[in-house]
Amino acid sequence: MKRSFMQRAAAAPHIVWSVLFIIAPLIFVVYYSFTDLDGAFTTENIERLFTSNYVLIFVNSLCLALISTVICLVIAYPLAFIFSRMREKWQRVMVLLIMIPLWMNFLITTYSWMTILEDTGIINSMFKAVGLDPVHMINTPAAVVVGMVFCYLPYMILPIYTVMSGIDPKLLEAAADLGCSGWHVMTRVVMPMSLSGVVSGITMVFVPSISTFYISQKLGGGTFQLIGDTIESYFVGTAINYHFGAALSLVLMILILLSMAVMNHYSDAEDEGGRRIK
Amino acid sequence: MNGKKIIELRGIKKSFDGDVVLDGISLDIYEDEFITLLGPSGCGKTTTLRIIGGFETPDEGEVYFDGKKINDTPPYKRHINTVFQKYALFPHLNVYENIAFGLRVTHTPEDEISRRVKEMLEMVNLRGFERRRVATLSGGQQQRVAIARALINNPRVLLLDEPLGALDLKLRKDMQNELKNMQKRTGITFIYVTHDQEEALSMSDTVVVMNEGSIMQVGTPIDIYNEPSNAYVADFIGESNIIDGVMLEDKRVKFAGHTFDCVDSGFDKNEPVDVVVRPEDVDVVDADKGMLTGKVTSVTFKGVHYEVIVDIDGFKWMIQTTDYVAPDAVIGAYIEPDAIHIMKKSEYSDMFGDYSSFSDELEQLSEVDAEVDE
Repeated sequence: MKRSFMQRAAAAPHIVWSVLFIIAPLIFVVYYSFTDLDGAFTTENIERLFTSNYVLIFVNSLCLALISTVICLVIAYPLAFIFSRMREKWQRVMVLLIMIPLWMNFLITTYSWMTILEDTGIINSMFKAVGLDPVHMINTPAAVVVGMVFCYLPYMILPIYTVMSGIDPKLLEAAADLGCSGWHVMTRVVMPMSLSGVVSGITMVFVPSISTFYISQKLGGGTFQLIGDTIESYFVGTAINYHFGAALSLVLMILILLSMAVMNHYSDAEDEGGRRIK
Repeated sequence: MNGKKIIELRGIKKSFDGDVVLDGISLDIYEDEFITLLGPSGCGKTTTLRIIGGFETPDEGEVYFDGKKINDTPPYKRHINTVFQKYALFPHLNVYENIAFGLRVTHTPEDEISRRVKEMLEMVNLRGFERRRVATLSGGQQQRVAIARALINNPRVLLLDEPLGALDLKLRKDMQNELKNMQKRTGITFIYVTHDQEEALSMSDTVVVMNEGSIMQVGTPIDIYNEPSNAYVADFIGESNIIDGVMLEDKRVKFAGHTFDCVDSGFDKNEPVDVVVRPEDVDVVDADKGMLTGKVTSVTFKGVHYEVIVDIDGFKWMIQTTDYVAPDAVIGAYIEPDAIHIMKKSEYSDMFGDYSSFSDELEQLSEVDAEVDE
């Protein structure tokens, strides 16, 4: 179908926007990654990534992101299921409660966690009050994971809940009718049917988790570096190097794209119908 | 039925949020029986079915299966399968996997699954549909998959919750026959829920007429039609003229100003009763030869017969006749003794059976309501 001039005109702002703010920045990232300070082509930035302790930083970031994604999933999945089976009135209340933390600036949330986890923070004060020894929590990888889970949990719950609330309760009854105990109803009907929600949930938690820098700085206290912190350090601060920062960003981006591709491939395969259940 | 009892309901009561849905019903269901729970929406028929299936637990009363109490047995442990209203097929599985679902849960060997699914597809006329997604099937095909998915587990009892409600008339008739045949062939007890009285009469061995959480009457379709136990049943099953009468003595009843011979007895002398006369049982004769005379107020052509509303002494009768009569004509009505059915007075007396406010349109409207509510 041929588009009219008006239709094309209506699409123009979007195209301009995309070019200016999505495509152009991407080109800059690639350009900076493969040039040195004088603007000459080089692969040195990328090579440097694989020869130093940056690999370790990547692995650390990947591990923490994976751990927090898994924890989010483990917490969110049963919650989303329970919410989706509540009466509609209560479902709305629950969704609201999940959303409220999102209305707060996450910097404030992170600061709050600092005051909670500090050596003289709320938890340790309580421990002290009941005569327990204080536990060192702040500035550990665990504290970072706690921060990530708290910040990103709603992004895991909401897509899973959305898909699950669309599952007809009659289907659960049908499964029970056909011999499924509660557990089998979950594994044979609810899980396969909610997979698309899980995939978007994982994507929405994993991507910000692997690139976060603020949470790791505040709750990790700079005792270890994540990829987000590293990238930041090359764009602001004393060791500015746009070229190397861009190379780090590029590799991170490719890493994220790869993991999303794997996830989507997995969910597409499930979507084709006619899948054998084992 | 003279078979063995398979399910017994004893004094089942159930309320939802203070609304009494079942008010102490008791019912015996036999092996190899096609039994239909019939009633308008909200009469408790679906709740009864869900209690048998294990999806609801009764507040009071007991459910027995093979003589064993199963009130607290979860659905997956009952030898009962259900064909759900709107089918509830699994959208993430294809036709083959939907039907195989129950066998996979019990870890049946693959070759047996494949053989039995094939058999089932054959039985419901869906050969070649194995790989189709359920969303691409028509209503009738989904219906067949739902039946196959339930029957493949060889249940002792099959529950069917208004399974034909979403199908068009022609398909519904075909499926009625098919279901009846399947029931005969498999020998499985079918418990069928519907608000369609014609469907109930044509398929069932036993019909249970329900209203407002109580059972009105249990009997064969012929009993229910010919010997309704009260005005409610008479009105709900088919068309009926229900007239106030007085039982003068055994086999003598007076109504509409005339004394008739009838075949019923066992009432008190001069006991007020409800008299049921089916529209097709009234013969139209010349005015001077009729037991009753009246004026025709409307005539509707129905294909097989004319539906004639006749005003006899202010009471509007419905008469079905194959001979045309003209509106405003004065005609006579002749009624055979065995066409007169006498019922005891009940709380439903005077609520039904007069056709003065009758119109086809109203009837259809109320049917649509019933379907929406369910």
